[in-house]
Amino acid sequence: MGRYVARRLLQMIPVFFGTTLLIFLMVHSLPGDPVLAMFGDKGADPATLAAKRHELGLDKSLPEQYFVYMRDMILHLDFGDQIRNGRPVTEVLGDAFPITLQLAALAFVFELTFGLALGIIGGLRAGRLADNAILLFTLLIMSIPVFVLGYIIKMVFAFNLGWISPNVSTVPQWDELIAPAVVLGGLSLAYVARLTRTSMAENLRSDYMRTAVAKGLPKRRIIGVHLMRNSMIPVVTLLGTDLGALMGGAVVTEQIFNIKGIGGIIAESISRREGTTLVGLVTILVLVYLVTSLLIDLLYAVLDPRIRYA
Amino acid sequence: MRGATHAKWAALATAVALAATACGGGGDSGGGGADGIVSSSWGDPQNPLEPANTNEVQGGKVLSMIFRGLKEYDPKTGEAKDMLAEKIETTDSTNFTVTVKDGWTFSNGEKVTAQSFVDAWNYGANLKNNQKNAYFFGYIDGYDKVHPDTGEPTADTLSGLKVTGPQTFTIKLSQKFSTFPDTLGYAAFAPLPKSFFDDHAGWLSKPVGNGPYMIDSYSKGSQMQLKRWDGYPGDDKAQNGGITLKVYTDNNTAYTDLTAGNLDLVDDIPASQLKNVSADLGDRYINTPAGIIQTLAIPFYDANWNKPGQEKLRQGLSMAIDRRQITDTIFQKTRTPAVDWTSPVLGEEGGFKDVCGDFCKYDPAEAKKLVAEGGGIPGGTMKISYNADTGSHKEWVDAVCNSINRALGNNNACVGNPVGTFADYRNQVTTQKLQGPFRAGWQMDYPLIQNFLQPLYFTNASSNDGKYTSKKFDDLVNQANAETDIKKAVGLFQQAEGVLRDDMGAIPLWYQNGSAGYSDRVENVALNPFSVPVYGQIKVK
Repeated sequence: MGRYVARRLLQMIPVFFGTTLLIFLMVHSLPGDPVLAMFGDKGADPATLAAKRHELGLDKSLPEQYFVYMRDMILHLDFGDQIRNGRPVTEVLGDAFPITLQLAALAFVFELTFGLALGIIGGLRAGRLADNAILLFTLLIMSIPVFVLGYIIKMVFAFNLGWISPNVSTVPQWDELIAPAVVLGGLSLAYVARLTRTSMAENLRSDYMRTAVAKGLPKRRIIGVHLMRNSMIPVVTLLGTDLGALMGGAVVTEQIFNIKGIGGIIAESISRREGTTLVGLVTILVLVYLVTSLLIDLLYAVLDPRIRYA
Repeated sequence: MRGATHAKWAALATAVALAATACGGGGDSGGGGADGIVSSSWGDPQNPLEPANTNEVQGGKVLSMIFRGLKEYDPKTGEAKDMLAEKIETTDSTNFTVTVKDGWTFSNGEKVTAQSFVDAWNYGANLKNNQKNAYFFGYIDGYDKVHPDTGEPTADTLSGLKVTGPQTFTIKLSQKFSTFPDTLGYAAFAPLPKSFFDDHAGWLSKPVGNGPYMIDSYSKGSQMQLKRWDGYPGDDKAQNGGITLKVYTDNNTAYTDLTAGNLDLVDDIPASQLKNVSADLGDRYINTPAGIIQTLAIPFYDANWNKPGQEKLRQGLSMAIDRRQITDTIFQKTRTPAVDWTSPVLGEEGGFKDVCGDFCKYDPAEAKKLVAEGGGIPGGTMKISYNADTGSHKEWVDAVCNSINRALGNNNACVGNPVGTFADYRNQVTTQKLQGPFRAGWQMDYPLIQNFLQPLYFTNASSNDGKYTSKKFDDLVNQANAETDIKKAVGLFQQAEGVLRDDMGAIPLWYQNGSAGYSDRVENVALNPFSVPVYGQIKVK
């Protein structure tokens, strides 16, 4: 187990360098000049432009820029400064990450509880009315684009009913984030419910279930331990990758509810061509993905006793 | 066991959800009356908020509250009035003597002296300090030494600035520029306290100025709280207790917050909401002219677009655009069809005049004739380039093209050419990569006719992106700058504009208005000619 974890952690190093380099190159191949864009529609004199570029290190060659960037990031945890407003990227990320984590956590809890609950109900009553209703409901959620769902929720609950405030304040309270979390977690909820349902319905017919029933185990134990544990493996895989997607994929939701998380910063950095911010952000997201996928793999062993990591 | 845990989770989540729905949106906690706090929409400002480094409107909003310069532009008429200047005298339009009023201090108690101005200007002009507005000091003698086009600066201070007493200093310009004193209301010319130079990082985290407000707290990227400075010596004291600027990344969100009562002032009504604005806000919506003009720049750097006789083509294209219809339908009257190359905020005295005449009026028959006489559209099809990421330019570019196509009876005469991002667009503009006319916008720095003409159409001027050049135009601008009589100077600028019209050096489209909406909690809301809200005059009921 320990060796397996160590090996996985070592594997992260080339992945880390590979992704940062790729993203770095992609950002720098985007057309446009971020320094020029700072001057709006007005012209800028060449001397000031050159001085600004020098200040930001944009006059160096690309390999040199990457080297300096990685050196500062690894040795000093310094992700550079934003081009547009000169703020340190670590500060920008430090402001945005807690908010996104908060939102992602809430969305995750939402999709986990309701997704699993619906899935279990559907799985145990496969083919019956409740199951069909759940299938219909999840189909509906899956077919509505996020921005439509977001605006509908905002309009109904904020404007028509007045239960929630339409936008989240700059330092979000937990209760303000519920509506955005529902929007964000809605799609995954549908997937979790369907996956759980299918997986359970399938496992209900498996040999070990028949054995368990034949042994005369109490129903609670059959479903709670034997059925659930085996049916959770694909669901855990989905949930694991979803955690990363929830953090990076909140662009639309964050914009609709004016949440100042990383989704918004990613979108903004792309249009402003903020290379340093983008690479720093994505690097952290890559790390999050790597760590969660490691945790998921370790969880398999817990769920399925046949899996062993030497 | 596991089943029970899930049940608990579900119950917990339901309880949380129910609790949340019970809580309504929190309102503003600020009190009313003279100490009431006004919350206003804001965009993340670009830079550290140094006066000479702020060239966009979001940072400009803050500077307009915390700084006062030698001159201040009247919020209604745009006229440059003395603020900190006791008097500015000149006999030759080159040498100016400035007397700074006594009794002004920064909000930290430091006295505002002639030195405060000279130090600030020297800082702004010096290439070492990387200030984006450095070119504003370009008229002052010695600028080429502190801000050379290439290489390191050879001097630290502008030789044209000399402090002659505690409250007096002299300015020597490198050329005649009669209306120079009127440019001094621009934020880049603001005075700076000693702490700016001694503790620069500290100053940046909480800027200190001499305006009617002081910065109370500033959390970058989210909001800034300003409170009234009770010791402010000027006449334009703040009529409210303070302003809270909240950052919105999307102006639609700001607008919904306004309609939900969570925000008092939105100074940028999203285009998609203009149709609803009178239903939502009634008379709490303002739509006033601002010093912004939109034009189509012509690529004179492209040989196909720079042939003799093509002025007829350009004039024809101008007449093929149904400005009135586009401003009415697409912009919901938040733009006004252009009749010259300046702006109505200048007023008649300032030089605003219908110079363009028939060439800016929609006349499809005449347009078709002129385009044909001018040799037709080069290559048969022209592309109008614009950036697609901000400003909803697509709609009007398509409308302009439709109008041209209809007038010329040719569906392929004009097409839009979107460029993905603003950064890329500006890159292509400044490197002359764009083929065909392109979108150009100009927001004035100061309300002078000179500012609408010289930076845009003078040979090789900083924002002359189309590379228009005309000796006649240049000569007239130079003459106008040298003319000490303001009235005559304006007349010469208008003559220069006439040259621009005969050449159709750029096709004027429309003047942009400032639009804003406010809540019923506040009153006396107005926008100044720079489309910045006059925060100090807002009263809380």
